[in-house]
Amino acid sequence: MITLKIDNKEVTVPEGTTILDAAVHVGIDIPTLCHMKLHEMNIENKPGGCRICVVDVEGRRNLAPACCTEVAEGMICRTNSVRVINARRTVMELILSDHPAECLTCAKSGQCELQNMAHRLGIRELHYTGEQSTYRMDDSPAIIRDPNKCIMCRRCEMMCNEVQTVGVLSAVQRGFNAVVTPAFQNDLMHSECTFCGQCLAVCPTGALTEVDETGAVIRALADPKKTVIVQTAPAVRAALGEEFGNKPGVLMTGKMVAALRRLGFDYVFDTDFAADLTIMEEGTELLRRLNGFLKGDKSVKLPILTSCCPAWVNFFEHQFPDMLDIPSTARSPQQMFGSIAKSYFAEKLGIDRKDMVVVSIMPCVAKKYERGRDEFAVNGNPDVDIVLTTRELAYFLKLFNVDLNSLPEEEFDQPLGESTGAGVIFGTTGGVIEAAVRTAYELHTGKDLPKLDFDELRGMKGLREATIDFDGLPLRIGIAHGLGNARKLLEDIQSGKSHYHAIEIMSCPGGCIGGGGQPYHHGNSEVLRKRQQALYREDELKVIRKSHENPYIIKLYEEYLEKPMSSKAHSLLHTHYFDRQNGN
Amino acid sequence: MTEKHLSEPVEVLIKSTCARFRNDEHELINVLHELQHHLGYLPEEVQQMVARELHIPAAKVYGVVTFYSFFTMIPKGKYDISICLGTACYVRGGELILEEFKRRLSIGVGETSADGLFSLRCIRCVGACGLAPVVTVGEKVYGRVTPQQVRRIIDEYIQMEE
Repeated sequence: MITLKIDNKEVTVPEGTTILDAAVHVGIDIPTLCHMKLHEMNIENKPGGCRICVVDVEGRRNLAPACCTEVAEGMICRTNSVRVINARRTVMELILSDHPAECLTCAKSGQCELQNMAHRLGIRELHYTGEQSTYRMDDSPAIIRDPNKCIMCRRCEMMCNEVQTVGVLSAVQRGFNAVVTPAFQNDLMHSECTFCGQCLAVCPTGALTEVDETGAVIRALADPKKTVIVQTAPAVRAALGEEFGNKPGVLMTGKMVAALRRLGFDYVFDTDFAADLTIMEEGTELLRRLNGFLKGDKSVKLPILTSCCPAWVNFFEHQFPDMLDIPSTARSPQQMFGSIAKSYFAEKLGIDRKDMVVVSIMPCVAKKYERGRDEFAVNGNPDVDIVLTTRELAYFLKLFNVDLNSLPEEEFDQPLGESTGAGVIFGTTGGVIEAAVRTAYELHTGKDLPKLDFDELRGMKGLREATIDFDGLPLRIGIAHGLGNARKLLEDIQSGKSHYHAIEIMSCPGGCIGGGGQPYHHGNSEVLRKRQQALYREDELKVIRKSHENPYIIKLYEEYLEKPMSSKAHSLLHTHYFDRQNGN
Repeated sequence: MTEKHLSEPVEVLIKSTCARFRNDEHELINVLHELQHHLGYLPEEVQQMVARELHIPAAKVYGVVTFYSFFTMIPKGKYDISICLGTACYVRGGELILEEFKRRLSIGVGETSADGLFSLRCIRCVGACGLAPVVTVGEKVYGRVTPQQVRRIIDEYIQMEE
């Protein structure tokens, strides 16, 4: 143990602790900008680059960055001497001297850590003027990069390389010209970007933001010729409340439905319905492959991998093109919903699919990319027209004067709004495979499940495994969230080491609850845990908790699709994958 | 990402160089150093192949290439002009010489003229401070250069080409 003094307060901490962490023990909050700690993953971004966290260390000539200076016995630190405060403010002014002063119109305004820090440090005047960076903007269907607003904190680089192992973003050049960019300063669309959005989830400024599609929704709602329907992904209801001042984990399902009606949507439906549908298709596919495998059919490949996550699909298309036959061919719930809405439901309404606009509310920015894929359109008309993130929905509600908190709880419309508890838990890591197990078990064994909660599949560990007894058949399941963890499982499959029958993969840490389009959680994994608990709570409250018991799903098959994996189901609900080794 | 094809000897060179460094990502700088020595520069397609051979993202390779001023992605001209900006040359007007070369060749530092004849770079001290300011073209050294001589030096090489 090491004892030191910070601002005259004595503190004893383990060796190797940073001054920044030691200060927390005595109630001292040293300001930081580039630093970010992801406790759950044991990953810390501390390049010591921004120098906002500098402190005075007695006997040391230069100020020391608190985030990456380890404590030493007898150390005496000052975090608030005049020298320190001056240095901090000077550093801040220098950062701001090469930052566009566009705060009023910046997409990050109000949520910007740079703006907040300037405020905290009391910057009222900028004394330095000099050269300003002039990089071109990089547009994609999902993410906008504005390198002029980059402050080189390199958090995005940490997410892209260490957590996701996608490796698209890297710091290049040096000095004033230094910037974070894809290789050869290409656009994201010409890189292997998966559009998972974890970079923009941690970006302190407006350098990385999602494409704002709110305007397109407003125009669609104002068009009397259009029938505008909305679907909401499971993870949205567990986080939307945070944008309206609620604590993480407050379920907003009923109020969210009411709010969407206030906005003027003709039908408020639930992606959870499509999640149940996904289970019918993916679960059936799992059982078919499993039975074939058990019969010794060598052409059948196991494990089967889930395919709900669009960033994950991009990842394996880019990085593992030799394994395109392993993931389930089932489309994601978002795309299944769009496909059914513009066929089954449009036919029911007696309208042309061109007169229907399908809007998705998603915790995800990759969904914006997914909806634009060529294979998810009929004669150029996309199955899903517009995707808003949870954050965009919050802005939209505020713009339309809808006070979420004061609304009554309302129910989803039918038929595409009915869902089971299995559909709800799709929003968290472990949820898709638990939902699949509930249905696959009963279809495989013909017996009722004694217990619906599979605690062995739940949790927050990046890589988990469990064996579920399928009436004598031990079904081995693997779960990964975060693409770095997914890569490990894929490499095991490649080298023949994998012994799983089924694997669930979600790109974002925590699953969709930690998606790139969710309210910013600033690396605080407790927020994710609360959102996760909220989804399990909603599952528990549901009367029906198994996808195959959803009455509207049963009806959909009776009236329209016949049975899971029928030829109609194939054409509407399944997809194929592409070798995209050379980028988007 | 459209990838231009490398010639077979270049592919063999890249593969063997990486292999000699055990395809170890920590040897990236050494690999790049050798390849630049052989190829004169490190174009995109070379970096992409190095990335594949060392199992690291192309963005990382590009980051290293653009960080160190020794590495270049632009092929050197047939005549590589270096202006010394070491202390002695600098105080004796090295910068004026540099400006004159930039003006006459219409290129910046680190660039190559459109006809591929000349490239321009700055160096720090060639150990001939008595001759300051010093310019080298390939292996040839010019001492006590004045801005008026710059045109003559350039013309010398243009005439050699004609």
